[in-house]
Amino acid sequence: MKPAPFIYHDPATPEEAVALLSQHEDAKVLAGGQSLMPMLNMRFVVPDHVIDLNGVAEISGVIDTGNTLEIGAMTRQCDLMRDPGVNAKTPIIPEALNWVGHFQTRNRGTVGGSLCHLDPSAELPCLMSAYDAVLTAHGPDGARDIPFAEWPLAYMIPTLGPDELLTKITVPYWAAGHGYGFVEYARRHGDFALIAVAALLETDGDTIRRASISIGGADVSPVRLTAAETALVGASLGADAFKAAGEMARGIEAMSDAYVSSAYRQRLAATLVERALIKAGECATGSA
Amino acid sequence: MADTRDIEVIVNGESRVANVETRASLGDFLRHGLGLTGTHMGCEHGVCGACTVMVDGEAVRSCLMLAVQANGHEVTTVEGLASADGSMHPLQEAFWKHHGLQCGFCTPGMLTSLTAFLRDNPDPSERDIREAISGNICRCTGYQGIVDAALEVAKTMQKGS
Ligand SMILES: Cc1cc2nc3c(=O)[nH]c(=O)nc-3n(C[C@@H](O)[C@H](O)[C@H](O)COP(=O)(O)OP(=O)(O)OC[C@H]3O[C@@H](n4cnc5c(N)ncnc54)[C@H](O)[C@@H]3O)c2cc1C
Ligand code: FES
Ligand code: FES
Repeated sequence: MKPAPFIYHDPATPEEAVALLSQHEDAKVLAGGQSLMPMLNMRFVVPDHVIDLNGVAEISGVIDTGNTLEIGAMTRQCDLMRDPGVNAKTPIIPEALNWVGHFQTRNRGTVGGSLCHLDPSAELPCLMSAYDAVLTAHGPDGARDIPFAEWPLAYMIPTLGPDELLTKITVPYWAAGHGYGFVEYARRHGDFALIAVAALLETDGDTIRRASISIGGADVSPVRLTAAETALVGASLGADAFKAAGEMARGIEAMSDAYVSSAYRQRLAATLVERALIKAGECATGSA
Repeated sequence: MADTRDIEVIVNGESRVANVETRASLGDFLRHGLGLTGTHMGCEHGVCGACTVMVDGEAVRSCLMLAVQANGHEVTTVEGLASADGSMHPLQEAFWKHHGLQCGFCTPGMLTSLTAFLRDNPDPSERDIREAISGNICRCTGYQGIVDAALEVAKTMQKGS
């Protein structure tokens, strides 16, 4: 028996789950378990109560509202990858999910779990940062919306109260025919990225109309390369503009650890921003 | 007082009823509760893939799932791959033929992962197969025999259909 003893709860609705969270002092929410179960097995986390969300059907699945994609927090990563609407309108999402662990972990791992775990180099937070997604949390006083920019509070800590639950992620669509690129570098496929980059481009002919670039793995939470985004708008699609944008990434704040220096992360960021933009430029078919 | 629940799980086609401690992993339940020791526990934090089983047909880590979460679901372990008469699954035959195993520790996870993968991807490239088993660590074979076995089974499956 690996985890320390806990009391297990399996609520059926978000309201029940929130009530359990308010009632119990030391409670942990269990989603796909692909990050929490290792921590329980190693007893890094020793909660008195575990609240399993796998029976909360209403916060799983996707809805196309016309302008946005609403993703239930408990939607499995594999289901998002298979969804035809997601593939048609937000093709960067399945592209990025290919990099999240392995197919066996994606069969259980959820979208909400990854956003709450908030690993600095996780792919989904990087994507949601690029999209300026809005996250909906449910607490004892009802629901509130949190723009992604305000979601990360500190290293691996989202701005979520102890009795709050992430229930929904709203992704605004980019125009049909927008370009996208997701690239990353990790030591082995399926490992967490040293640097990951998500890029989105809207174009009119050869002219860039809108750009979003998010870098994961450099800092404690994803960073938007706003200076490069501004510089790209109005520029022509092409190697020069993309190279210049990459150079701007060389100056970002980057962490160092026992394996990788901050200078190496900056260098990777510059190269990967350029590559993500080249990919995005290649598949942009013009959105006007 | 241990927190326990009654569960019913269909394991390899047979209904199994048990009272389990809620903190028990599915893998430990299969091994210690049911004596199905074909499922191997290695790292117990999701990285090695040895403990992989199929839950409702999908390959998952049995070290990262609680036994209570399998309540009402169907689980297939490596013991469930061969036919009732003992004849091996085509993938098991191919592993044998291509030396896809040596010590055998990773093999249950490789077989369950690849069974689910080949069902969903009947025409994989070598690269696809290598990616599919990127979450299954083998310290013996160097993977080549495993990849060869999977490629052969994919080809035979296609001829058969
Ligand atoms: C071998 C392996 C490789 C991996 N590689 C990658 C990778 O390359 N990239 C990557 O991004 N991830 C990777 N992961 C982790 C990824 O698989 C997890 O899915 C993800 O980090 C967490 O999602 P989960 O649904 O499993 O959440 P859980 O593990 O169940 O929960 C994670 C945390 O979030 C909290 N939580 C979950 N849902 C909610 C909610 N709705 N409201 C409030 N709190 C909540 C939990 O309490 C817990 O603290 C890997 C995992 C493994 C085992
Ligand atoms: S024992 Fe489950 S993945 Fe290693
Ligand atoms: S056969 Fe020994 S670990 Fe794979």
